Amino acid sequence: MRKEASDVLDAFRQGDVDAFETLFRQHQRAVFGWIFRIVRNAATADELTVETFWRIYRAHARFEPSRGFEGWARRVATHAALDWMKSRRVEREQTTELLADPQSAIAMDAAFSAEIRQKTALAFGRLPPKLRIAAVLAVIEEQPQKDVADALGISVGAVKLRVYRALRMLRKDLERQGIRP
Amino acid sequence: MTEQEDDRLKKLLREALRPIGGGPEQDRDLWPELLHRLDERPAAAPWFDWALLAGLIGLAALFPTAIPVFLYYL
Repeated sequence: MRKEASDVLDAFRQGDVDAFETLFRQHQRAVFGWIFRIVRNAATADELTVETFWRIYRAHARFEPSRGFEGWARRVATHAALDWMKSRRVEREQTTELLADPQSAIAMDAAFSAEIRQKTALAFGRLPPKLRIAAVLAVIEEQPQKDVADALGISVGAVKLRVYRALRMLRKDLERQGIRP
Repeated sequence: MTEQEDDRLKKLLREALRPIGGGPEQDRDLWPELLHRLDERPAAAPWFDWALLAGLIGLAALFPTAIPVFLYYL
């Protein structure tokens, strides 16, 4: 089994399309799920999943089988999502999708103000994409910082710094709107 | 920003923006779309991309101190 997996990775490295299809079918759900956490829209996540695997195939010769496929795919997916965030102003549409649905909000805290929630989501959408992606993964999705660092291709310290900067900017934005979290 | 304030802000953020967790199941077969994409010929870079690249290289040569600033905004 292990040998077979290793054969597939080696064949993919040589550019074999059948091996690539095998890897695609094994990993597409995980890649989609990771991208969906970042972009929060199923259609966009579909589009970026295709973009991710297209980038992966184009870079097949640079793939190192010893380092595993999953982490590499996740890193390519994260950068595809980041490029997408940079290439368009997603704040308005994304934050609407990001807002917690009313049912769960009621369950969470009846006294929690919908206006504060909305202002927080909008302020979050105004953060620079590099900070937003780190905060989405590390704070909202509570992914291990090591995983976030690997996905972004930076150190754990850099993830902490980006999250710190994201929170500081968010706090300032909210304070300008008269909200003191 | 104290640790307590930091935690309060994180909590507020998680209450405002719902965690996706597992998310929806991916049920579409994207392989045909991917194959179609792989079959497409890569588009040639338009001339203005090359002009922009040449401009950036020129700018970096003239003002090397601007490189870190440029990289920061990438």
